Amino acid sequence: MKLLYPGTELDGFTIEECIHSGGMAHIYKVRYTEGARDPGFALAMKIPRMTTGDGAENIVSFEVEHQILQVLSGTHVPRFVAAGDLENVPYLVMEYVHGKTLQHWIDADESPSVSEIAQLGTEMALAAHSLHQQNTVHLDLKPANVLFRENGSAVLLDFGLSCNAHYPDLLAEQLRKAVGSPAWIAPEQIVGVRGDPRSDIFAIGVMLYELATGELPFGEPRTDGGIRQRLWMDPPPPRKLKPDLPEWLQEIILRCLEPEAAKRYPSAAHLAFDLRNPMQVTVTERGKKTQGTKFKTHFKRWIKAAGMQYKPSPMPTQQIDEVPIVMVAVPNKDVTDATLYSLRLAVERSLGTRQGAQLACVTVISPSETSTSVEEKSETNVHRHHLANLRNWSQPLDLMGHQTSYHVLESGDVAQALINYAVGNRVSVIVMGAATHGLKTQRFVATVPIKVAMDAPCTIILVKQSLPFELLAEQADKDGSAKRRENYVPF
Amino acid sequence: MKIALFSDIHSNIQAFDACLEHARLQGANQYALLGDLVGYGGDPVAVVQRAQQLQTEGAWIVKGNHDAMAVRPPLQTSSMGESSAAWTHEQLSDEQRYFLDQLPLLHSFQNMLLVHASVNQPEMWRYVVDERSAGASLDAATTQTEIRYVFGGHVHQQSLYYRGAGQGLMQFKPTPSIAVPVPKHRYWLATIGSVGQPRDGKPQAMYALFDIGKLQLTFYRVTYDHHAASDAIRRAGLASFFADRLETGT
Repeated sequence: MKLLYPGTELDGFTIEECIHSGGMAHIYKVRYTEGARDPGFALAMKIPRMTTGDGAENIVSFEVEHQILQVLSGTHVPRFVAAGDLENVPYLVMEYVHGKTLQHWIDADESPSVSEIAQLGTEMALAAHSLHQQNTVHLDLKPANVLFRENGSAVLLDFGLSCNAHYPDLLAEQLRKAVGSPAWIAPEQIVGVRGDPRSDIFAIGVMLYELATGELPFGEPRTDGGIRQRLWMDPPPPRKLKPDLPEWLQEIILRCLEPEAAKRYPSAAHLAFDLRNPMQVTVTERGKKTQGTKFKTHFKRWIKAAGMQYKPSPMPTQQIDEVPIVMVAVPNKDVTDATLYSLRLAVERSLGTRQGAQLACVTVISPSETSTSVEEKSETNVHRHHLANLRNWSQPLDLMGHQTSYHVLESGDVAQALINYAVGNRVSVIVMGAATHGLKTQRFVATVPIKVAMDAPCTIILVKQSLPFELLAEQADKDGSAKRRENYVPF
Repeated sequence: MKIALFSDIHSNIQAFDACLEHARLQGANQYALLGDLVGYGGDPVAVVQRAQQLQTEGAWIVKGNHDAMAVRPPLQTSSMGESSAAWTHEQLSDEQRYFLDQLPLLHSFQNMLLVHASVNQPEMWRYVVDERSAGASLDAATTQTEIRYVFGGHVHQQSLYYRGAGQGLMQFKPTPSIAVPVPKHRYWLATIGSVGQPRDGKPQAMYALFDIGKLQLTFYRVTYDHHAASDAIRRAGLASFFADRLETGT
């Protein structure tokens, strides 16, 4: 389609100016033609290039974006407004989001600080997670497609190559082919896998690498062979290029860039968690190394990669549901051994056998516990004391395969602190004790567990204390009534 | 126009009525029955009567292999399905048998074609189970016509076949109740599943709704009283296997 001039009218929209002219589409700022309702936000219209000579893939991408954009919701995607018919004039009208794309930070003269990189990465991961929760995988994340609002949150753009598990994938084909952008495409996409959320995690890894080092980890390959290299090759460690980068950041970046999807973060929420809690990242050899991977290792992987082939992906939501972030609220005073015991039991059950499920142990202390003047009450000392207690509490748990972290939150409002933590870290399950002041009073007073259960956006497991087996009979005698006793008999 | 598509009802009046009611609540204003009204199940008379009533109200109906078999049951039965054909034949009146006998193999409306099995020699009752057999059916339907949509049953599974980026067809497993856009510049073939005898491990009845205005196809699963349906089979003295499979959806 020819370029439209300002003032042109199309289906009730007036063209204002062309703001982007790319190989696939023109993007214009538009507004509703006089007299129409005001949507309350600025509008952009995307028109695919469809004149003779433009590829047929432009049309398919348009169909895919139309299909997907109209069902996505949330603040991490532009709002969908209207679409034109393929048989007349195809166009998409959506929210025009104010902000800068990630390209801005990459092109900047001064490279971003470590905390800025972590911040940008966190926002990208949270945006991707929101998409994955809607059964959609972006599959073309790159600096030009990630936009940051003024409040810092990320908006993902351009769903022309995306995949939504609820709809037929129009870009799939029987002879599996790579669909994506060469610099950012994930290894499994190269063999035609479309629909694995961990492909987006790989692309975020490429962007983090670029932010941290100024270089692309795999360059900009132009040949199929060049693109396939990432099926077995590790990029040079970022600390080889920038020796002052912290090990934890390299650990995170290289974990995102693992050739095998199963070795990457199992969900974007896990990635955001690590970027937000650098001190809790377990640094392995991957984070420490400053030399590239040996030829022998690459050669072995090359052999393995030769056999890598297409496998269908399960639903994105199913994949991320299998790797929950479980948070346990561990009380730090007035707590019985029975409660601590029961909490451990419940945590064990919630983590189950799911490899990749993550555990965050959290305790909330009152701000009055710390002091800036008394040495033994200094924040560092008090936190160290509580962190040690949390570690002791978790010690009997078998946490092999479950990343575990410990956090001391300071707040006068315990319930609110727990909720904020759960929301911010995309926690899937909260495990906590059922009774802070005895269950019976909860009918009258909204206690901490009730407040959390009412306001948290995820599943809450309220744990009633139960003593280990050998103590049950004793406890029942103390309680007296015959009826209660029956409840304690485990058979 | 919203077209409710039902297939493989198999004498299961409980499932049929539940799906009809469900479709009515979704705003269906045209009904299409894609064959196999009878066979296997315990209520052939009730189902045929309901179908006749729908036909007088404008419903489209095509013939299935079990309908043909109930009209002319084989003298010697070689499968359990065939043995239920003789019983079904006895239950139906002459007039009801005539109704089944005169059903067409194909029905077309605008750019859509309805068939029980495959458009590729419909009288052979070929199974559309993969990209290849779906391609054969779609090719037979689209030579020299304006057909864009082929709807069929016979396989008791819900699938949507479409052309992806390559030449061959792709198979898509729909999520129940999610409306799938099916624009008319592409070719589509759907097997809409079975109302009366689901075989994918879930007992809920299957049907689909095609919204011509919005060009969206929605596959549905409907919970119905499958205990009553299997009781009817046992009461009729038919093979208890047919009753059991309704409870497990196998």
